[in-house]
Amino acid sequence: MKVIRKPRYVDPSKCTGCGLCAQYCPVESIDSYNAGMGIVPGIFVEYQQAVPLIYTINRDVCIGCGLCAQYCEADAVDYTQKERTDVLDIGAVIIATGTETYDVEPLTEYGYGRYRNVVSSIEFERILSASGPFRGLVLRPSDGVEPKSVAFIQCVGSRSLVKGNEYCSSACCMYAVKEAVVAKEHLHGLDISIFFMDIRAYGKDFDKYVERAKDSGVKFIRSRVSNIKENENTKDLRITYESDDGKMQTNTFGMVVLSHGLCTPPSSSELAEKLGVELDRFGFCRTGEFTPLETSQPGIFVSGTFQGPKDIPETVMQSSGASALSSELLVTERGSLITKAEYPPKIDVMGIGPRIGVFVCYCGINIGGYVDVPAVSKYVESLEGVVFVDTNLFTCSQDSQETIKQKIIEHKLNRVVVASCTPRTHEPLFQETCESAGLNRYLFSMANIRDQCSWVHMQTKEKATEKAKDLVRMTVAKARLLEPLERLTFDLTKRGLVIGGGLAGMTAALGLARQGYETILVERENELGGNLTHIHYTLAGEDVQELLKSLRKQIKDEPKITVHMNSEITEITGFIGNYKTKIKDKDTGKESETENGIVIVATGGKENKPTEYLYGKNEKVITQQELEVKLALNSQLSTPKSIVMIQCVGSRENEKPYCSRYCCSQAVKNALKIKEKFPEASVYVLYRDIRTYGTKEVYYNKAREKGILFIHYDEDKKPIVTEKNGVINVVLKDPVLKRDLSIDCDYLVLSPGMVPQEDNETYAKMLKVPLNQDGFFLEAHMKLRPVDFATDGIYMCGICHSPKMLDESISQANAAVSRACTILSKDRIQAEGTIAHVDIYKCAACGTCEAVCTYGAVKVVENETRTGIERYAEVTEALCKGCGACASSCRMSAIDIKGYADKDIVAMIDNF
Amino acid sequence: MKKEDMKKVGAIAVIGGGVGGMQASLDLADSGFKVYLIDTKPSIGGMMSQLDKTFPTNDCAM
Repeated sequence: MKVIRKPRYVDPSKCTGCGLCAQYCPVESIDSYNAGMGIVPGIFVEYQQAVPLIYTINRDVCIGCGLCAQYCEADAVDYTQKERTDVLDIGAVIIATGTETYDVEPLTEYGYGRYRNVVSSIEFERILSASGPFRGLVLRPSDGVEPKSVAFIQCVGSRSLVKGNEYCSSACCMYAVKEAVVAKEHLHGLDISIFFMDIRAYGKDFDKYVERAKDSGVKFIRSRVSNIKENENTKDLRITYESDDGKMQTNTFGMVVLSHGLCTPPSSSELAEKLGVELDRFGFCRTGEFTPLETSQPGIFVSGTFQGPKDIPETVMQSSGASALSSELLVTERGSLITKAEYPPKIDVMGIGPRIGVFVCYCGINIGGYVDVPAVSKYVESLEGVVFVDTNLFTCSQDSQETIKQKIIEHKLNRVVVASCTPRTHEPLFQETCESAGLNRYLFSMANIRDQCSWVHMQTKEKATEKAKDLVRMTVAKARLLEPLERLTFDLTKRGLVIGGGLAGMTAALGLARQGYETILVERENELGGNLTHIHYTLAGEDVQELLKSLRKQIKDEPKITVHMNSEITEITGFIGNYKTKIKDKDTGKESETENGIVIVATGGKENKPTEYLYGKNEKVITQQELEVKLALNSQLSTPKSIVMIQCVGSRENEKPYCSRYCCSQAVKNALKIKEKFPEASVYVLYRDIRTYGTKEVYYNKAREKGILFIHYDEDKKPIVTEKNGVINVVLKDPVLKRDLSIDCDYLVLSPGMVPQEDNETYAKMLKVPLNQDGFFLEAHMKLRPVDFATDGIYMCGICHSPKMLDESISQANAAVSRACTILSKDRIQAEGTIAHVDIYKCAACGTCEAVCTYGAVKVVENETRTGIERYAEVTEALCKGCGACASSCRMSAIDIKGYADKDIVAMIDNF
Repeated sequence: MKKEDMKKVGAIAVIGGGVGGMQASLDLADSGFKVYLIDTKPSIGGMMSQLDKTFPTNDCAM
């Protein structure tokens, strides 16, 4: 693969990201990071937290004045850099190029580009941000005044056959609700209305978020806006729209936000062409319903919005999934191109008094401009235990690391203190340097004299210098007490356990096996398949039973997989890398034991059983799943004249406040199937919001084209179902016609949504992992860690996480494999050094620590000690993250975090 | 040379440094593969770095 490297005109090995160059740059360009609402210098970083934090010269605006080069103390500016082509030797490719936002300017009815107070949602996102053009204040672009009211207009450039794209962009409903909620937090009393067609809050916990938004006063208006006009004097905006009852209404707002959709940029199609990858008619990468991560080219995988519009968690799942598939392809080459860091033998520091070396950083002028660095350095020399002090222009630069290393050896330093910026970004670098000189990495401590000193006291330089002295003195006091800490390592069983043999579980088991790991697959039923056994076809017409057959065969043929059918797990003990699992055969009652290094939970879910609308009382009232079976087995459905479907039955209300995500697509799928088999039949779908997100929208449109009638109802005006002489009658208030609509039907089909399996609770307790309010497993982070539990070594996939479509379960199962491989591919498990330690003789075994630990790393145990049988808290070192929650909540002061013990903190306070 | 005779290379190119590309790269590097992460911009982060907060937890996107 050939890659063109564009020049930065800044040497990345020298640039420290100090930002001095940008302060002196005389030219400006448009700030694309802030969506064009602002300017940046000609030499810039996109934003302060940018990675890598290296400046780049925008040669389109650069006049070559040389000021940046003149002021760069690191001598990093290099105007002579040229574009170059690198040739990379690679075994696989993952395309994750994403999408861009839809250009709203051509949609003239919204006035974007003409009316200054009409902004796009990405512009509004930047307006809300503290690093945005107004520093987080909600202000109108026209006059910089706080608006009293804001309108959001949904589906701009999306869900339209006339203007824009036919598909739904999947993320806009929720980001609009979020922007509305955040705007109201920033500006109390702000009046917000969201104009929408359907609120597509189909994701996990999304409906609850929408309900909270409604409670906080955000208004939701179901209507498509016809036009927007600006008042020339006030710059307010008048919106004309058709209300529920079909009447035209107008309303005036201070600002309008256009929720524009996602689309693929032209650069994606160019890239696709170069790689020989096929696209669909919308410009997204073409994938199969059962192969959502595979492009048309073997060895090239895809993830994220380039595969179709989606939200962040699905992007993350797909990306981990694509990682699993590409590493599976190259499994024989695992580790072949990785170099391991090698360190010199450790210097023994025990029994030797502290010999502290302190390095004080100028950080260009970031610290040096406001703190008297030589004065601080001179002062530090006088501190107890300090044997060497040095100052550096940039302590983080590569040559400084060499200097530090030399000085450690030369002066026999056994503690190192760096007084510079934040340990959040730089501690690992300096710890590596210590390690490379043979010094234990925990014999290092850092004083932040930039973020917490020079930056906040720029106006009072003398006081800043005094504060810097205080900060360094406190850190030196702590450094005197530092002890070398060991990072314990543990054995690892390279075997996986997958709980649940549905689509997700089978996919995960096959993935693990193909990565080279033995896998135990436990299934509660007598056959593999789970929900797949009830599904016969997909929206696009794929044969699901064929998929099931193929998966069962692949599992059977895979020697690395051991299947336990009709079994349940009775006990799982141990921790990451070292689990012991007892599996009970439900028929024979026989228990077997296995050891495994990781656990993938894929316990699935099941269709809810409705309790309303005559279900169970009349055999013509069936669920969507039951309908699908009847449709697939032709003989079971007598020619119907009229079929009514009711969506959200027992869903999105009271006990089950969540949306089950798949039911709308399932209803559309089954409705289309009915029309295919019985073209004369009338099909009515009664819905609250149609949630055919992404490109599934195409099938919703197709269903309407085929004459399937979609009729909206409100939660508080549900359809009324009665039976008279064997005929089922459905009555519904029609919002547009304003009269009762009465339909007699041959079949009433209910969409009752998905509920979690009952054994989720058992497994949650067994694995000490949380469930959400609805009984689905709760991930470590809703956006960024949708497959992991907070406890290391346990992962989830499929419906046990939340209801989802087949392709999403497949992606998440592959993601779980990828996450598991980050553990199973290691030779040993390494714990952190800074972890909790319990003094068992102080511990009262009250269990508070166990309750507050997010990572399942501490629990109360009963053991024999030298004073007899004692109960006390025990830390599983491999799981502990050293967060300190247990230590700070221990009322007996029995827990310390190594390296941050009470004595260390007290020494710092004493030296203040 | 036949396709199956070609030696496989334990390196993967990830094109796009947004939240997706970053996750794929981290997983691959953490499981023993060399990764080339390629982006057209001077820094990684993609569209997510422009977001203020994320639903449904209102966590900071940065």
